[in-house]
Amino acid sequence: MGELVGLVRLGADLVSAMDLPAAAAAPERGPWPLLRRWLVRMGITGRWAVILPPALWLTVFLLIPVLVVFKISFSEAVVARPPYLPLLTFGEDGEVQLTLHLSNYMFLGQDTLYIAAYLNSIKIAFISTILALLVGYPIAYFIARSSDRWRNILLMLIILPFWSSFLLRVYAWIGFLKNNGVINNALQAVGLPQVTMLYTDFGVYVGIVYTYLPFMILPLYTTLVKLDDALLEASADLGARPFRTFLSVTLPLSLPGIIAGSMLVFIPAIGEYVIPTLLGSPSTLMIGRVLWDEFFANRDWPLAASVAIAMLVVVVVPLMLMQNAQNAVVERK
Amino acid sequence: MAKKPQIAADTRPWRDPNAKPFVRIRDVTKKFGDVVAVSEVSLDIFKGELFCLLGGSGSGKSTLLRMLAGFEEPTAGAIEIDGQDMAGVPPYRRPINMMFQSYALFPHMTVWNNIAYGLKRDHLPRPEIEARVAELLKLVKLEGYERRKPNQLSGGQRQRVALARALARRPKLLLLDEPLGALDKKLREETQFELVKIQETLGVTFIVVTHDQEEAMSLATRIGVMNQGEIAMVGEPSEIYEFPNSRFVANFIGSANMVEGVVTEDEPDHVRIRSAELGADIYVDHGVDCSPEQILWWAIRPEKIRLTREKPAVQAGVPPDTNMTKGFVEDIAYLGDMTVYQVRLDNGRYMRVTKANALRGDPDAISWDETVWASWSGSSGSVLTS
Repeated sequence: MGELVGLVRLGADLVSAMDLPAAAAAPERGPWPLLRRWLVRMGITGRWAVILPPALWLTVFLLIPVLVVFKISFSEAVVARPPYLPLLTFGEDGEVQLTLHLSNYMFLGQDTLYIAAYLNSIKIAFISTILALLVGYPIAYFIARSSDRWRNILLMLIILPFWSSFLLRVYAWIGFLKNNGVINNALQAVGLPQVTMLYTDFGVYVGIVYTYLPFMILPLYTTLVKLDDALLEASADLGARPFRTFLSVTLPLSLPGIIAGSMLVFIPAIGEYVIPTLLGSPSTLMIGRVLWDEFFANRDWPLAASVAIAMLVVVVVPLMLMQNAQNAVVERK
Repeated sequence: MAKKPQIAADTRPWRDPNAKPFVRIRDVTKKFGDVVAVSEVSLDIFKGELFCLLGGSGSGKSTLLRMLAGFEEPTAGAIEIDGQDMAGVPPYRRPINMMFQSYALFPHMTVWNNIAYGLKRDHLPRPEIEARVAELLKLVKLEGYERRKPNQLSGGQRQRVALARALARRPKLLLLDEPLGALDKKLREETQFELVKIQETLGVTFIVVTHDQEEAMSLATRIGVMNQGEIAMVGEPSEIYEFPNSRFVANFIGSANMVEGVVTEDEPDHVRIRSAELGADIYVDHGVDCSPEQILWWAIRPEKIRLTREKPAVQAGVPPDTNMTKGFVEDIAYLGDMTVYQVRLDNGRYMRVTKANALRGDPDAISWDETVWASWSGSSGSVLTS
């Protein structure tokens, strides 16, 4: 919510900056002052003019769709179009009946498949985040420490994969990971045994870490590049060896980047559908795949909606916890 | 504020040819690519000194300091501290601490943890760390601020935390990079005094880098003036000011009136210089290493020139009509403690003269548009051959 407060303040500043000279000047003509006067009469001042567009955007494209899904999660599945019953029914003598089916949510708790899928999603997302952090941190550190000339080229290389299709890139990994793929051929060429990597959890980890690595690297890079060299020198000067300096100075000061990067990897990884489908085994249970199956295979929209809402809660809670932690870190500075 | 000289041999080891220097810098050169930052600098610094490296930006003073701290390795030459060659010794193994220009306090640590950082790295027992940090906080007058973060401190307080942190490991040598640069004028003067006091109490050798000549003059036992990567002159503050060895030093420290001249008499006990720029002959009452007809420069400080309305009488030991010139007071700046006169000489050149305002509201003070004589004694100016 920190951003919103910032917006409100900015809005207030704009009001005072815009209104003060206007109040002193004579009434202006032309379309713009006319529009402004009309807006002011409608109660839309500078503050609202700034808040309104993002608020509208979020309402139309985030809040309303979520409410629709929320609504569907309380209805009952039928073979019809749309494949669920309305919540409100109108009787013949004008009575209005609201029917909320909690059975979908109860079913989520009863069938161990869903709980297992949630837990497995969290596990895979968590391990992937740790792996992405371990791989991404040295890369981000290296880029942040390299010369200005190289830095932009390296950053470009990190972002470059986004220019090609995500689906294509994940698909390409099949060629690397499969039993007679690039990696196994190389292993066999040097006389090592073949390793099954495709259609395993390992494949899923490779896919997620590969795909979301830039999201880990970029926020880490932005905090590491701001790190003052003098702090590292001061640490060395006070008798700390390089690794000690890393633990005591670099790591704590890059904590905001670690939290931001971890969130950007963890949250999409939980709901990931494409990667486990293409690279995982059929038994790799992830909530994204369960959702897909309920929605398209079983055509049980209400159950799929309740899976989605439950997932939202599972994702939103850690998100808020982490954001709070990050705000606390930022405020402490 | 500089250290009071007590017994010459005791406090001025650089005057003793047999004294063993604490820091020896031998022909040190540092190049960054093609750029020569420090060029063949040799310098001896003695135990207990407060040595100032003074120079403009890009003079190489900070690079020299960073080489002492171990953040940069010399391209050529050697640095010896307390008899130990520092080549290849990483910063964390040197018996040196540094106070950074930006202070470089760890923003995520409290004042206490900042000061204790070096002590923890030395693996001192906890009670000893606590005792030492308390002692340092007392020294820099920051008791009660242990739990503050650097961003909750004022500039002056941060500066003192940085000093305490740098002193915590009891280094033999403390390097200070523009220690007072970020403070305002009033605070700077107070802190200067405290810095000298702390240095005297602890007996640590200080090497201070500064671009502020006033700071260098008031702090230092000796000053090394740096220019374009080279040491232009090393000496006590009064030597640097009164006996500059080159035009650069004379101009860089304080202000000086400098003229070109040609040697007309070169005797062991005096030198006579004819200066067209000054419109006068200069009689110097001591021998100078020069030859007849040599072109050289002569510099005089503004406060060493007398202004009179009448032509001054012949001075004892100085031939008539030398060491004086006529001019016209074109501008006056009254600064309170002194007055600065811009005197236009007959040949159009300007001479800057200052006069202490010893008399309160002097009614007889020389004023605008007066014709005056400027004169000086045979030993007031410096003859510069480079």
